[in-house]
Amino acid sequence: MSQFAINLLFVGGSFALYIAIAIWARAGSTKEFYVAGGGVHPVMNGMATAADWMSAASFISMAGLISVAGYANSAYLMGWTGGYVLLAMLLAPYLRKFGKYTVPDFIGDRFYSSGARLVAVACLIIASVTYVIGQMTGAGVAFSRFLEVESGTGLIIAGVVVFFYAVLGGMKGITYTQVAQYVVLIIAYTIPAVFISLQLTGNPIPPLGLLSEHTESGVPLLQKLDQVVRELGFQDYTADVPNKLNMVLFTLSLMIGTAGLPHVIIRFFTVPKVSDARWSAGWALVFIALLYLTAPAVASMARLNLLTTIYPDGPTADAIRYEDRPDWIKNWEQTGLIQYQDKNGDGRIQLYNDGNDAKGQAFAATAAERGWAGNEMIVNNDILVLANPEIANLPSWVVGLIAAGGLAAALSTAAGLLLAISSAISHDLIKGSINPKISEKGELLAARISMAVAIVVATWLGMNPPGFAAQVVALAFGIAAASIFPALMMGIFSKRVNNKGAVAGMLAGLVSTCTYIFMYLGWFFIPGTASFANTPENWLLGISPLSFGAIGAMINFLVAFAVSYATEEPPKEIQELVESVRYPTGAGQAVNH
Amino acid sequence: MSNHSAKEEAYWKANLRLITGSLIIWALVSYGAAILFRPLLAGISIGGTDLGFWFASQGSILTFIALIFFYSWRMNKLDKTLGLDEE
Repeated sequence: MSQFAINLLFVGGSFALYIAIAIWARAGSTKEFYVAGGGVHPVMNGMATAADWMSAASFISMAGLISVAGYANSAYLMGWTGGYVLLAMLLAPYLRKFGKYTVPDFIGDRFYSSGARLVAVACLIIASVTYVIGQMTGAGVAFSRFLEVESGTGLIIAGVVVFFYAVLGGMKGITYTQVAQYVVLIIAYTIPAVFISLQLTGNPIPPLGLLSEHTESGVPLLQKLDQVVRELGFQDYTADVPNKLNMVLFTLSLMIGTAGLPHVIIRFFTVPKVSDARWSAGWALVFIALLYLTAPAVASMARLNLLTTIYPDGPTADAIRYEDRPDWIKNWEQTGLIQYQDKNGDGRIQLYNDGNDAKGQAFAATAAERGWAGNEMIVNNDILVLANPEIANLPSWVVGLIAAGGLAAALSTAAGLLLAISSAISHDLIKGSINPKISEKGELLAARISMAVAIVVATWLGMNPPGFAAQVVALAFGIAAASIFPALMMGIFSKRVNNKGAVAGMLAGLVSTCTYIFMYLGWFFIPGTASFANTPENWLLGISPLSFGAIGAMINFLVAFAVSYATEEPPKEIQELVESVRYPTGAGQAVNH
Repeated sequence: MSNHSAKEEAYWKANLRLITGSLIIWALVSYGAAILFRPLLAGISIGGTDLGFWFASQGSILTFIALIFFYSWRMNKLDKTLGLDEE
C-alpha cells in the first residue's frame, strides 16, 4: 500500500470515528449545545479539555519552534502549562459556582452592565478568531502534506472540513468526540517519539531520552546536538537568552492567556460540582503534560535527525547530494514548505546559518572557506513534527498516524473555539442584547451562521498568516491575557471593582495589546500593512509582540482599579454575588441569588 | 446570603493563603529556576545539561501538576471540614 493510501486510511478512519460519536451524541437543546448538560466526569472532562486545548499549535508547531530556537522557546512549554495553575486556583471553581454558560454571562452579571458584556464579547471574538487563524494554518500544513497538494489548497480543504465538523454538533457531541480525539492525538504524538528516542538513545521514554546519552557518539544527547549546530554556525541549542525580560513576559502572557481563553474556561462549566472543577484542571494538565513532556524530546531529536540526514558524515564533511535526497524531502517540496536552491552549484544541500545575527556573521568566513554560497534549504518550522517519523525512517503506518493526530489536534480546538465564538454571538450578543425573545431554533441557527463566518475569515487570513501556527496562537493568548483574564479575576477577588472600572480596564488592555501587535504584524493581520518591521531592534524595550499580553494585562488591572476607586462602589447585591461565588455551598442554584 | 459568617470569612482567608503559597512556588520554578536564576544554577548538571534548562523543559510542568492536585486536595478537604461543600 502506498504512503498516500495509508494516510487516507488513518485520517479517514479517525474522522469516521469522530463523526459517528458526534451523531450519536447530537445536541438536542441549546443548553446541551453549549455545555453538555453539566454531567461530565472530571477525568473525562480533563481529557476533553486537553484535546480542546492542545491544538495544531501544540501538536504540529510547538516542537518545531523549540527545535529551531532551543531553550529560548521553552517559554511555550512553561507558558501553556503554567496557566492551568492560575485557572485551578483563581478562576475555575468560582466560575463553576456562578453557574452560567459563558464568560460574557459572568462579566455582564458581575459588572451589572450590558456594556461590560459587549466588551467581553468583542474581546472573546478577537482572541478566538486569531486563535482559529493559527489552527487553520496548522491544519492546512497537515492536509497539504497528506493529500500531497500545495499548502494553500490544503488550507481551503481544512476550512471546508472544519466547517462541516463544527457545525454538526455542539458541546455534547464535542465532549465525547474530544475524548476520542485526545486518545488519537496522544498516541500519534508519543509513538514516533518512543521509536526515535529508542533509535537515538536506547531509552524508550522520550523525556528521559532527552537527558540520556546519544548511543552513537557516547556523548549526552543535548551536548551532541549543541556540537552539531555549533559547527553549522547556529546558536547552541541549550544557550541562555540575553533578553530575560522578554522571555519572562512571553511566558507570563501565555500563562495568563491560558486562563483567559473562553473555550477552556467554558469547560469548567461542564463538571457537576465545584470540587470537580478543581480536579478537572489537574487532570487536564496531566493529560496535557503527556504531550508537553514529550515535545522537548521530539524537538531536540528531530533537529539532530534532520541535520544527520543532510550531513550523513557529520557537519564538517560533505552534505548529501540533492539527487540522493530522501523521499520525505521530495514529498514536502511538493507542498512548497521545503525549498531548495543550489546556490554554489555543487549539487549538494548545504543547510547552515547564513543569517545576520552574531553567530551567522561569525560563521560566514568558515562557510566561504568551505565553498558555501548561502543556506540552500528552507525548512518550514511547522512541518517538523509531521515529518519527524519520515526523517527517522519509521514505518509508513506511523506516518499515517501522525497525520491523523495532527488533524485531530487542529480540528478539536478549532471546533471548541468556533463554539465559543458562536455562543458569544448567538447567546451573548443576540439573545443577551439585541433580541432577547429569539427562539431556541433561531439561536441555534445564529450560532451556526456565526461559525461559518468565523471559518471563512480565519481561512482567508490563514492564507498569509502573521507567523507560524504556534506564534499566531501565542498572539491570541496575548489578547486574551490582556482583556478577559483580569476582568474575571477582579470580578472574583475584588468587591470594589465596578462596572466602569471593568469596562475601562478591558478596553485599555485590549486596545493597547492589539495596537502593539498590529504595529508589527499588520493592521488586523492584513498582509503588508505593518507600521514597523517585526525585528527585535524595533521593539519597545525588546518586548516582542508575542510577549505584550502580560503588559496589556497589567494596564488592564491598573486602569480598572484606578477608575473603580475614583467612582462609586458596586451595589450591595453585586457585592453579595461576589461573596456567593467564593463559597461552594449551593452551587446548583448560584444563578438565583 | 448577605450576612456571611465568621466561618466563611475564615474559609476565604485560608483559600487566599493557600493560593499565595502555591503561586510563590509556581513563580519560583518557572520564572525563577527556569529563566532568571538559570545562570546561578548553571553549575548543577543533569542529563547533559544544566538544572535551569531542565526546569524550563520538564521540571516546571511536573511542579505545576503537583501544585494543582495539592491545592484541590486541600480545598476540597476544607470545604468538607467547614461544611461549605455542596452536599
